[in-house]
Amino acid sequence: MSLYSLLFRCILTLSLHDLHLLLVLVLGWLILGLAGLLRPHRVGLVAAVLFPVGAVIALGVALLGGIALMAAHIPQVAVLPLGLPDLPFHVRLDALSGFFLLLLGVAGAGISIFAAGYFRSGEGTAPGLHCLQYHTFLASMALVVLADDAYFFMVAWETMALSSYFLVTSQHRIPEIRRAGFLYLLIAHVGALCILLSFGVLQGGSWQFTFDSMRSARLTPFWASTAFLLALVGFGAKAGLVPLHVWLPEAHPAAPSPVSAMMSGLMLKTAVYGVLRITFDLLHIRYWWWGVLVLIVGLFSGLFGAIFAAVQTDMKRLLAYSSIENIGLIFAGIGLAILFEAFNLRLFAALALTAALIHSLNHSLFKSLLFLATGSVLHATNHRSLGKLGGLIRRMPWVATLALIGTLAIAGLPPLNGFISEWLLLQSFLFTPQIPHAFLNMVVPLGAAALVLIAALAAYVMVKFYGIIFLGQPREASLAEAHDPGWLERLGLAWLALGCVLIGVLPKIALRAAGSVTGALLGQAVNVSTPFWWIAPIAPAQASYSGLVLVGGIVVVVGITYVLVRVLAHGRVRRTVPWDCGYPWQTSRMQDTAEGFGQPILHMFGPFFRIERDTPSPSDCSPHYRIHIEDRLWRAIYQPIEIAVQHLSNAIGTLQGGRLATYLLYSFLTLIGLLVFVLWA
Amino acid sequence: MHHSHLIAELLKLLASILLLISFAMLSQRRTQRLITLFALQGVILFVSTCIVAYSAGLRELYYSAALTLLLKVIALPWIFNRLIHRLGIRWDSEPLVNIPITMLVGLALVIFAFGLAQPISMMATTITRNTLGIALAVILLAFLMMISRRMAVTQVIGFLAMENGLFFAATSATYGMPMVIELGIALDLLVGVFILGIFFFQIREQFESLDLSNLEALRED
Repeated sequence: MSLYSLLFRCILTLSLHDLHLLLVLVLGWLILGLAGLLRPHRVGLVAAVLFPVGAVIALGVALLGGIALMAAHIPQVAVLPLGLPDLPFHVRLDALSGFFLLLLGVAGAGISIFAAGYFRSGEGTAPGLHCLQYHTFLASMALVVLADDAYFFMVAWETMALSSYFLVTSQHRIPEIRRAGFLYLLIAHVGALCILLSFGVLQGGSWQFTFDSMRSARLTPFWASTAFLLALVGFGAKAGLVPLHVWLPEAHPAAPSPVSAMMSGLMLKTAVYGVLRITFDLLHIRYWWWGVLVLIVGLFSGLFGAIFAAVQTDMKRLLAYSSIENIGLIFAGIGLAILFEAFNLRLFAALALTAALIHSLNHSLFKSLLFLATGSVLHATNHRSLGKLGGLIRRMPWVATLALIGTLAIAGLPPLNGFISEWLLLQSFLFTPQIPHAFLNMVVPLGAAALVLIAALAAYVMVKFYGIIFLGQPREASLAEAHDPGWLERLGLAWLALGCVLIGVLPKIALRAAGSVTGALLGQAVNVSTPFWWIAPIAPAQASYSGLVLVGGIVVVVGITYVLVRVLAHGRVRRTVPWDCGYPWQTSRMQDTAEGFGQPILHMFGPFFRIERDTPSPSDCSPHYRIHIEDRLWRAIYQPIEIAVQHLSNAIGTLQGGRLATYLLYSFLTLIGLLVFVLWA
Repeated sequence: MHHSHLIAELLKLLASILLLISFAMLSQRRTQRLITLFALQGVILFVSTCIVAYSAGLRELYYSAALTLLLKVIALPWIFNRLIHRLGIRWDSEPLVNIPITMLVGLALVIFAFGLAQPISMMATTITRNTLGIALAVILLAFLMMISRRMAVTQVIGFLAMENGLFFAATSATYGMPMVIELGIALDLLVGVFILGIFFFQIREQFESLDLSNLEALRED
């Protein structure tokens, strides 16, 4: 009892200074980044000191974020003595930012520990510079979540975009990577512009850009919808919602693996945060059609991402498309929450929002885990293409085991965390018949079918991912030299895997955390009055789940089987050559390939793709089948824009004739024009 | 009263001579003569500044007149003469626009400048206010000369002639600029001419000519 009260008191004191401590920690990240510049070309300092310290800071951020979710001294606000004159930076810590700080800290700690062992000198940017960009990226994400005025938010948002741009282009000598970086920066800026305009609408004529004044602004339905749509486009561009997703499958594979993990696991979540902040906090009203729109976009992105992930042959591209799918699911949850909330069904809205929040948290864990695992595979084998991997489970048992946890989690299998959020999301779909609108309550349940399809496809994708990389026979001779990474990288992977297991087995923790957020945003939280080992989000009579009981069941079944086989049956282990189907000359090229695995999907969803096949000639002695799959949306939307911009640029380019006299004439005519203007005015 | 009237008339006369020289520069194709005309402009500026200084009783203006004499009448023409001697320039190459048309455009510019200056000179209280239109015309004509010529040296002289116009505008509208600014401008001019002189040599070394149309090749396609 005394220990409990001591802990409670400790937390209480911490929570009083939560915000200030957080700002100190963020400052710590920035200082760590600058410290990397002390000896930029030496990997020792960066790996042995700076990244591990950064991971400890991340744990601190997670702790303080978690405390913010529990504490009563929320929201806390502060004004920083920074910024422009008359435009200081405002910061605020509330339940929503606390949740995303928790997510940032937990996943960021794992990635930082992994990165400590991962970055080597001689790979693109110098390690010290990497350290600066990396920690600036982390700090700016924390500040995005903490910002309480549009000005500071945009500063942090753009810092985030720029630092991640430099991280993506760390191997800038490769032209494709430069192109990927440019595409990323371009769409990031289009998105930022939309967000800026959205804030411009949200201030509602008061010309005060603090979030507080936006909360009190009362917009007309037209302007509220405009602000919402601008925010959706702006944040959707960062989140990778279709059709603004084109940068994502290019930029994520281009970046070094810890950076891919950060972008996919953490940065995409800041976009989720932005949408939630504007929709549920800054706007005073929500209309049901917003929810339907977000739901449709989310489900379409989910389906699109899952289908494209299924046909990828590059492991990091596959994961990038899988990120689009997961973001789609998160936005489907948000859309459903808006829909329920607009019809004042607050409990169901809380359920849908809880599902979206927990899925964000889960995705940050398992997607980071998988991206980091691909980094280990890449370092061990130098191959990114699935067609050159295989059989790594024997060479890299640590990575294979930990990646298996991530794979099962992302596939949505119990008792891991992916199952929890998908189950919650499906639960919330099942309540749509309660909506008092004739068409919606008939049409929206179709979304549940789409959700199940997406979940099944995601599982299919993950079987492909894991099976091709880790199972079967090695497809290249060089894979025999592959080996597990060092202990720092294993620790990072294990930390994230632990998170996946913990949330899966004890989902009550995540439910409580999300409950604080929905309580603050919607004034309603899902039911958390059950004991710690099971959950029943609406009511015990409706549906309940217990990860612990399931784990117990699994242990019992496995135990009984083991006993039956080893004790009651023969008990001997017999090792023998597997049956070769009567064909003794088997090579590793006879295994199912990544292309082969995706073939059924390619056939079923043919209209989604633009396919170019490269079929080898019959007389070729070592035939290789190649297939090039493209996104139809690129040609439909982006290419016309690209051509138009090119034409316009050429037209403007004629101004630059290279003749000095012409340039002087421009100045002269401008001068005369201005003088005429003066004369007339 | 009679005295100040005389001074005002004298200033107007000097201003007209300045304008005439500007036109002469616009039509002059020999580089040597152009430098002489530029020096002559400097002399006119020196005299007019001295007269304004005397009539307004401002001592700073004497300094600024001395600076003009030193820089624009002696130093710069001397530098230019040496430059063209070293570079072997005698004639400007064929101008981009032929000279009669340039003169006609110049005429239109003068009318425009007078129209522009009218409301401003209404507000000015100095005795030199009527010359503001001429000062503006000198600036615009110098600009026109920069546009219509090809050689680098001519363009630099045009640029300096523009500065002459600005200087004249300043003395006529507000009895000159503050001394600090004037010194700064003088230094800028001197440094600028030095740097441009270096450029001339570099350009000639690269293209074996000072014709600026060669620079068109630098354009990125």
